[in-house]
Amino acid sequence: MTTARHSRLRTAPSNWLLAPALSFFGVFALLPLGGVVVLTFFAWDGLGTPRFAGIDAWISVFQNPVTLHAMWLTLAMTALSFAVQFPLSLLLGTFMAGHQRYREAYSVLYFLPLLFSAAATGIAFKALLDPNFGISRAVGVDWLRLDWLGSPNLAFYTLIMVISWSFVPFHSLLYQAGVRQIPRSMYEAAMLDGAGRVRQFFTVTLPQLKYTIVTSSTLMLVGSLTYFDLIFILTGGGPGNATRVLPLDMYLTGFRSYQMGPASVIAVLLIAVGLLLSLGLNKISGSDTMDSQMEGA
Amino acid sequence: MKPVTRRATLAALGLSAPALGTLSACGGGTQPTGGGGSPSSLSVWALTGAKQDTYQASFDAWEEANPEDPFAVEFFANDSYKEKIRTAIGSGSAPTLIFSWAGGTLADYVDNDSVVDLSGRVDDTLSRSIESINSVGQVDGAQYAVPNNDTQPVILYYHTGLFEEHGVTPPTTWDELMTAVETFSAAGITPLSLAGQSVWPELMYIQYLTDRIGGEGAFQKVLDGEADAWSDPAFTTALERIVELVDAGAFGDAFGSVSADAGADVALVHTGQAAMILQGSWVYGTFKQDAPDFVAEGSLGFLNFPAVDGGTGDPANVVGNPANFWSVSADAEEEVQELAIRYLNEFNLNEEMVGDFLAMGAIPAVTGLEDQLAALDDGEFLSFAYDMVLAAPHFQLSWDQALPAAPAQELLTNLSQIFLGETTPADFVAAMNATLAS
Repeated sequence: MTTARHSRLRTAPSNWLLAPALSFFGVFALLPLGGVVVLTFFAWDGLGTPRFAGIDAWISVFQNPVTLHAMWLTLAMTALSFAVQFPLSLLLGTFMAGHQRYREAYSVLYFLPLLFSAAATGIAFKALLDPNFGISRAVGVDWLRLDWLGSPNLAFYTLIMVISWSFVPFHSLLYQAGVRQIPRSMYEAAMLDGAGRVRQFFTVTLPQLKYTIVTSSTLMLVGSLTYFDLIFILTGGGPGNATRVLPLDMYLTGFRSYQMGPASVIAVLLIAVGLLLSLGLNKISGSDTMDSQMEGA
Repeated sequence: MKPVTRRATLAALGLSAPALGTLSACGGGTQPTGGGGSPSSLSVWALTGAKQDTYQASFDAWEEANPEDPFAVEFFANDSYKEKIRTAIGSGSAPTLIFSWAGGTLADYVDNDSVVDLSGRVDDTLSRSIESINSVGQVDGAQYAVPNNDTQPVILYYHTGLFEEHGVTPPTTWDELMTAVETFSAAGITPLSLAGQSVWPELMYIQYLTDRIGGEGAFQKVLDGEADAWSDPAFTTALERIVELVDAGAFGDAFGSVSADAGADVALVHTGQAAMILQGSWVYGTFKQDAPDFVAEGSLGFLNFPAVDGGTGDPANVVGNPANFWSVSADAEEEVQELAIRYLNEFNLNEEMVGDFLAMGAIPAVTGLEDQLAALDDGEFLSFAYDMVLAAPHFQLSWDQALPAAPAQELLTNLSQIFLGETTPADFVAAMNATLAS
């Protein structure tokens, strides 16, 4: 114990080097976070002095049908966008990991959406999906002329599509890197044992990608709790409340209705769910245990 | 890309100021360079867009006359302004001159002692502007805000070509409107273009219908906070009429995708896909800019909203935005407040400013323009809208501006659900009554 501590002290850099980063984190993350928690117990409209209101805001949030609906929507959006993005990005990433020239050419195209800002993507899709002036009229395909963003039944699924289009490239990139790190010898061994392409994918590629999958899934799931910009531009939460997910509900409650108390409650809920989700994923995947993934390699 | 560069590029492409306002609103707007206003010197925030240059010119003129006390001027896109100004006022760093739509927001400022009582101190500027509009700047009988730009009534525009082609008379009553809706609907033309995605254009229907059916008193009861004020039969009847319109296909099948930001609702009319549109006077500029030939050949007709049979409201009443307003921040030092008030009396809506507004096809909220308007290129439209405002016994400020923020949002959400058929008039009334209790 003493020796270990002694040697660590000699080799590890001083903890003081953490101070700048920690103080930034404290001032710009922890402090505002504390402020938000405090604000949940006040009634404040953005003007004047906040008035202490006890747990009124908490009660109102859990009794507000709009916010409850937003919670369900967020849950559905998290699950659905994961269900769409995970298989797509895994397969695309594996495909792009090959070094064939045509695959590299494709990769360039696949990665293009990564270059666009969410605002630009939103404005572009809004214009394309417009039933009156959008792509359906441009190419004259009638079945494309749906009320993509204006129909309460369709808007939610349209959003999932646009979100997937914007984020799949990033996750494909993660999987591509993951697959390229798998030693070739493992595939050679599998081939000698007579494993075909599909078998190789399920017994070599997939298990070897375990940590990549955990990372990518955490980013996807926690990320889906913060979808805001795209939805804000595409639908603004409408039509009606059909796409008013929790982050949007927080914004609209805080900065359109000026009810800072309830908006802070929603913010705290989002933080709590996000933390639980990422901690939970880490626990389930067992990535805190340090066993090797390369046995036999 | 920096906003400046983008603006320069667009200007080079020949896009005019209103389009710029819209674009920069989409892109997040002009980034503010400084913080809030300082209490010891003059400052002002205004909106980007067509009128930006007019304000700038007015503040430049002030600076020329008072070189030692210039205004620090910043411009913001509409939405970002609305969010930023509240924080600035709440934190005591408001600009000296506060731009507003009067209504519920102004009442909030007054409640919070954020703006100063201008009664009797701004008579010069008030003597220039229209009295019914001046009164919108009053809270509990005291003048807290003065009009600073053009008046924006909501007008029923129609495509004269389509009306002639299908033998429809421009509707002046509800029955004529329904006949027109049926005729155009049967002909595969959207009768009324509606920007349902923006939601606020839907307000214009309920505002006019309620006024025509029950007069301005119904909504006044809501503003006064009377219990169950939304239960007034005028609201329910107006909502039922809206449902009637939706069911008759008056707005087409895709109004939920139409957004007013980029002028898609206006485009539907000048491209002949829709026959009518109920919108503010400001879209006349959009028509002119997007379809100059359409306007020049006289294809754009305009009407006041039709009367409703058996309604008790005055059919000459108008809804819309009476104007925008200046208030003076209570956080500013006494001498700075005096300077700002002197600016309002000497420069606000003076001859130069009125001339600038007229040149861009806007109707400044001042009296005695009849002769000037008729002589202008857009004289027919400008005179029509100006007379409409002067003749109106009551000019109803848009409900979303008149109400406090939270009920206004509730109203927009519930109204959009009425148009989508997701809620009933009875549920709407119940939901809105609940906002009165809190």
